[in-house]
Amino acid sequence: MADIRCDFVGIKSPNPFWLASAPPTDKEYNVVRAFKAGWGGVVWKTLGEDPPVVNVSSRYGALSYHGMRMVGFNNIELISDRPLEVNLREIKQVKRDWPDRAMIVSLMVPCEEENWKNILARVEETECDGVELNFGCPHGMSERGMGSAVGQVPEYIEMVTRWCKKYTRMPVIVKLTPNVTNILGPARAAKAGGADAVSLINTINSICTVDLDVMAPTPTVDGKGTHGGYCGPAVKPIALNMVAEIARDPQCAGMPISGIGGVETWRDAAEFMALGAGSVQVCTAAMHYGFKIVEDMKDGLANWMDEKGYATLDDFRGAAVPNVTDWQYLNINSEIVARIDQDKCIKCGLCHIACEDTSHQAIAAERVNGERHYEVIDAECVGCNLCMHACPVDGCITMVKVDNGKPYLNWKEDPRNPQNMKAAE
Amino acid sequence: MGVQQQQTGQETMSDQADIRAGRLPAAAYDANFSDVKPPLDPARAVIEANRCYFCYDAPCQEACPTGIDIPSFIKKIATDNLKGSARVILEENIMGGSCARVCPVEILCEEACVRNTQESKPVRIGMLQRRATDWLMENGRQPFERAAATGKRVAVVGGGPAGIACAHRLAVLGHDVVIYEARDKLGGLNEYGIAAYKLPDGFAQKEVDFILEIGGIEARTGQALGRDFTLSQLRGEYDAVFLGLGHAGVNLLGLEGDDWQGVESAVSYIEKLRQAEDLSALPIGRRVVVIGGGNTAIDMAVQAKRLGAEDVTLVYRRGPAEMSATDHEQDFAQINGVRIRHWARPVRLIGRDGQVREVEFEYTQLDEDGRLMGTGDRFTLLVDQLFTAIGQKFVPDPLKENERDVLEIANGRIAVNDEGQTSLPDVWAGGDCTPGEDLTVAAVQDGKIAALSIDRHLSK
Repeated sequence: MADIRCDFVGIKSPNPFWLASAPPTDKEYNVVRAFKAGWGGVVWKTLGEDPPVVNVSSRYGALSYHGMRMVGFNNIELISDRPLEVNLREIKQVKRDWPDRAMIVSLMVPCEEENWKNILARVEETECDGVELNFGCPHGMSERGMGSAVGQVPEYIEMVTRWCKKYTRMPVIVKLTPNVTNILGPARAAKAGGADAVSLINTINSICTVDLDVMAPTPTVDGKGTHGGYCGPAVKPIALNMVAEIARDPQCAGMPISGIGGVETWRDAAEFMALGAGSVQVCTAAMHYGFKIVEDMKDGLANWMDEKGYATLDDFRGAAVPNVTDWQYLNINSEIVARIDQDKCIKCGLCHIACEDTSHQAIAAERVNGERHYEVIDAECVGCNLCMHACPVDGCITMVKVDNGKPYLNWKEDPRNPQNMKAAE
Repeated sequence: MGVQQQQTGQETMSDQADIRAGRLPAAAYDANFSDVKPPLDPARAVIEANRCYFCYDAPCQEACPTGIDIPSFIKKIATDNLKGSARVILEENIMGGSCARVCPVEILCEEACVRNTQESKPVRIGMLQRRATDWLMENGRQPFERAAATGKRVAVVGGGPAGIACAHRLAVLGHDVVIYEARDKLGGLNEYGIAAYKLPDGFAQKEVDFILEIGGIEARTGQALGRDFTLSQLRGEYDAVFLGLGHAGVNLLGLEGDDWQGVESAVSYIEKLRQAEDLSALPIGRRVVVIGGGNTAIDMAVQAKRLGAEDVTLVYRRGPAEMSATDHEQDFAQINGVRIRHWARPVRLIGRDGQVREVEFEYTQLDEDGRLMGTGDRFTLLVDQLFTAIGQKFVPDPLKENERDVLEIANGRIAVNDEGQTSLPDVWAGGDCTPGEDLTVAAVQDGKIAALSIDRHLSK
């Protein structure tokens, strides 16, 4: 059986599945239940300074799709609303009781050196394994100059990270907000400040739905709503891209990444790790299904690793990073076309109408002996994959390589590139 | 199926045939004749609607005799646009409510569903159609408005599905319609012929009322063609005439004893059952034999069982595959405790004092040329009541004037072209009195097609 033990900046956990800083990690009761269920670690819900924040009633919004609940999810809950002392006491107790699990504490205090110095000293007494700086929360706290208000300014990130490294011996993980135009700015700033690692993504500015009777965003608090932080399966593609951008950035090279954003299955986790993540953090999936989901995450990941011949997480971590490139380096001579497995085809016609109405008119709808029949017109197919995605049957439409005998050619080298034309003149 | 049954009696042959009412406790009748297929609740309907792939040029739509845009109406259920959904259905099939209940979907839309190929479980189109149409009938109004009045008047003869569908479409198009119906109520087989548990709670009349809300349709009941008026009179009085005469006749066994006590056509009995105020007052035999292989035979056999008949046997001269009742209907009969015997035909009725008591059958088989023949082996069933369901037929007599057919009859039905037009240029016909499948949904389509054709002719 594959070894899925995780060592992330020296923080050891029996598996790479951590619960993210969020409602599931707000108190001892929940965290103990999580550890009993098998989670490898937790990032305790963000601690702030006393007096504790006050939360509103009605906190979550959700996006459903074709009957699937919580495909996307958002929240307007603030950081922990319990007294600091209570949180610190519980953290210390849980770490003592569960020494093999990762215990990271998320922090958010005003952008003053003294404030960070003070809280770090108190957190260190819990004997936790590390701290995560919450520079990501996009709602509420950002209006008070914290959370994403810090994470959107690389200079602040670097400054606060440097303070933290100065005042604690614990590993410092900087949690990044995706509400920026280029994630590399904040990531490089964290590295420049001496961060041991980054974690991302925090949640995305969002309005999940609009209540058309009340005429207000959801979640609605007494007739009004505010933007919340978006998460859940729908954000995974955004998170994967940001993780990959950092993983392949020469300036960030080697900086460990804890992947966050829509992780629900072992496959999601494997994808984050393939793009360079050392651990993954989960919240929405647990809030949807409870802590038990970690069982299949662990088991599925190990079984997949066995099948692939990976003995440890290091064996495939970052394996996909070299294959993430810029558009301009893609092989413009590579050709694929769609193939329909007629034995699997259920004759729904979705491939045809998707291509006919919105793409390249490359799938003919015919009648063969009175039966519906769909056939790819190779000459028209540009290999866009739309039909494959629209087809409801797995494996019915596949994309096959066309052996055109042409060598690798990228856009920089392509004579059709106007810049090359100019050079040839 | 929860059919409440009588305790098994003694298997002796008394002098008197045992046909009597009140075989069951009073409460059992309600249970046995309530909705056989309760509706999907809103949540289940949305889950089911989300199973639809929204196929392009959908096979289900192609399989629907009225061509309802099924993916569109299902999508609208998924988006909670029930009003829009019902309208999509009713645009093509104004009797979408009853068709949702009585259509043999297993050989129409649901058989064509692509989900069958993938997981042998079609989207439950019939149940979804019921969800949308029920919602509209409970919460909304007739969704169509009449076009500006044309001043044209059309007579519709026969108030069954074909006639009602024709009348409604004509009314929408701005014409005024008078429906002549021989019976006391409109609805045709929905009111008089379909098994009670398929259209319970007076649904047939509720639907008729809903359809007539459009306005411009006058119903004259108790008015029979050939008795109270002639086709020639209608042609003189109206701009066009539509004939939806249905099947007025039934086939007989052609055996001695056809007219004995205890021998009755299933059609006649079901009509009594459908109109009965109190089912516990309706006599039914202890041992019942039904002869036939269609849906009427199944409806008769199951309803006999549900009225408390102790032993119900359905006998069909060919095999299960040849029965016109669908597999689903055959299964339903057997689940209800009906015994089905294939490959046998009645050859002799044995009676006493003018009352049928036994039926003698001969086993059948196919000869080398595929023709049905008797094997010579026989068996006899004891019977208190014998029902025949061996086919219904169009009776052209009301169309005779001066002992001559006034329009062309071919193969026992009124000859029509693709638009439902008869040999007379101002007379159209549709439903069971014309060629084609004898289904409610097919009759609705005939009425709709004819109405559109009439409209084109009147607009010239």
